Amino acid sequence: MNLTQLKEGEKCKVVDTHGGRGMIKKLDALGIRTGIEIIKINSQFMRGPIVVKVGNTSVAVGYGIAEKIIVEPISQQKK
Amino acid sequence: MKKILLIGNPNVGKSVIFSRLTGINVITSNYPGSTVNFTKGYLSIGKEKFEIIDIPGTYTLEPTSKAEEVAVNMLNEGGDLIINVVDATNLERNLNLTLQLLKQNIPVIIALNFWDETKHLGINIDVAEFEKKINIPVIPTCALTGEGIKELINRLPEAKSKIYEYEEKEKWHEIGNIVTQVQKLSHRHHTFLDRLEEISTRPLTGIPFALIILFITTLIVRFIGEGLINYILEPLFNNFYHPAIIYAVNSILPFEFIQHLLLGTTPEVMESFGLLTTGIYIPLVIVLPYIFSFYLILSFLEDIGYLPRLAVLLDFLLHKIGLHGYASIPVILGLGCKVPAMLSIRILETKREKIITAVLVLMLAPCMPQTAMIMSLVAPHGIKFIILIFSIFFFIAVLNSFILNKLIKGESPELFVEIPPYRVPYVPMVIKKMWIRLKAFIMEAVPLIIVGVFIIGILDISGITNFFANFFGQPITSILGLPKETISVMILGFLRKDVSIALLIPFNLDIKQLIIASVFMVLYLPCIATFFTLIKEMGIKTTLIIVLIMLFTAIAVGALLNIIFLFL
Repeated sequence: MNLTQLKEGEKCKVVDTHGGRGMIKKLDALGIRTGIEIIKINSQFMRGPIVVKVGNTSVAVGYGIAEKIIVEPISQQKK
Repeated sequence: MKKILLIGNPNVGKSVIFSRLTGINVITSNYPGSTVNFTKGYLSIGKEKFEIIDIPGTYTLEPTSKAEEVAVNMLNEGGDLIINVVDATNLERNLNLTLQLLKQNIPVIIALNFWDETKHLGINIDVAEFEKKINIPVIPTCALTGEGIKELINRLPEAKSKIYEYEEKEKWHEIGNIVTQVQKLSHRHHTFLDRLEEISTRPLTGIPFALIILFITTLIVRFIGEGLINYILEPLFNNFYHPAIIYAVNSILPFEFIQHLLLGTTPEVMESFGLLTTGIYIPLVIVLPYIFSFYLILSFLEDIGYLPRLAVLLDFLLHKIGLHGYASIPVILGLGCKVPAMLSIRILETKREKIITAVLVLMLAPCMPQTAMIMSLVAPHGIKFIILIFSIFFFIAVLNSFILNKLIKGESPELFVEIPPYRVPYVPMVIKKMWIRLKAFIMEAVPLIIVGVFIIGILDISGITNFFANFFGQPITSILGLPKETISVMILGFLRKDVSIALLIPFNLDIKQLIIASVFMVLYLPCIATFFTLIKEMGIKTTLIIVLIMLFTAIAVGALLNIIFLFL
């Protein structure tokens, strides 16, 4: 499952990031890397960007980049 | 002299700390990329003088953009001390750069900025533990209010280098270790700003919200702008300045030639073109109020942090012309002045994006001084003509970028940007920023307008205007349906585009001609300041291509309008 398929407001764990070396480096610099937990805050229509919460920061990623961020939803059993 | 480098992630407040240390005012905003080039300033401590360099923000020392490259190059040029500005609310991500800096051979000290925000975010950082852990001084600061700056200066000598060893592969593990040991998180309450965040970024509520913001902005800009003109500046000018200056010049300088030059030939201030009458009236009475009101609103929107949200909302639209959402920042800055807009294009990555954005910014709308002039000239004929003129710009700009997007090969890149939290604007900062922008306008525009008015007078007297008018003027002006003498205005428009529109008044154009002239004068060339900024940013070749596109479009659109108007 990639980031675009995740529901809004859902928490997930990044499993893998695809893309060129430059892109992976940039994602890494902004804190999006394998193993980290992120929350999908919202998405725009017409394949617009997706905003995720990484730590205390929000990061907007374009739809194409979001497709390359492979995630695994974390079920929120306990609140 | 010792060199101090200010380095940190984008949007952590480096420029605010820079202003605090050096007393030099620089434009700061709440979005990444406000500083695209380095700024230098000086700080004296006792007898010693330091050079301080404000470097564009970077997430890593392996640059991924032009602004980041500038940062890394500056670092490689060397320095004697690094002040690493760290966002206390984002310790983990910021430490990535900190650890990389600690590997350099330059002593580092940390300014832990946004310290005040940690409290209501439920973040608790143990500064003493943090210092112990990474072996360099850590000073909590709140740059906006100046808290902690004194301590930062006092502890500069304690900065240390090369004291932290780690394996590159273990980087994030290492950072994780530090963070878990020094930072405790507690539950936080939802605030008004969180609510605002939701409303302004969800597409269903965000787009109406953006439209409301746009509407209110226009309303306030006009309300404050017109209010200042009608109730303060115009009465002041007409009742005090104008009679006084006429009296003064006439009694001190009894020479007709000089009187004509300084005061103009008619008492009608918009038509006289005297250096001390029209030359003062245009920039200070007509244009300044709109610049003031526009930048007041823009400064608030910038400091709250609305612009990056707008970038997210507009992303899908800008994709249609091969751009991504962040191009909306130059577009919005361009509504005020094209020069800062052209500078902010640097945050975009590819050449292709830069060209399309530049054309979009230059054509989408005139700059604020020109808008003010068009308003004051066209409004008496009816507000619908103003709407028509601005719709033409919008249509032409979108069409041009659409075509360019098809013509220039390459991919349109994706938006990828940090969205800073909403922040309550700090009023003294907003006022300071307004002042920087107003001062820049007064210092640059007023002399240029006076020079411009002077040059047009000389050109007229010496017959050069006539020569040009006969030679080049005839073909261009007949295509556009304008009097051939307007060619002198077109030549001058390159200097100051706002004056050029004011200079049309003596020609008594009808509304059709006025529309054609306004559209032509906005589109045909960038002003000289924008022209040189473009050359600096994109090189002479690209600049000439952009200028040719503008000139061609202006003539084509002007001619087309002229033909259409013939049938109306």
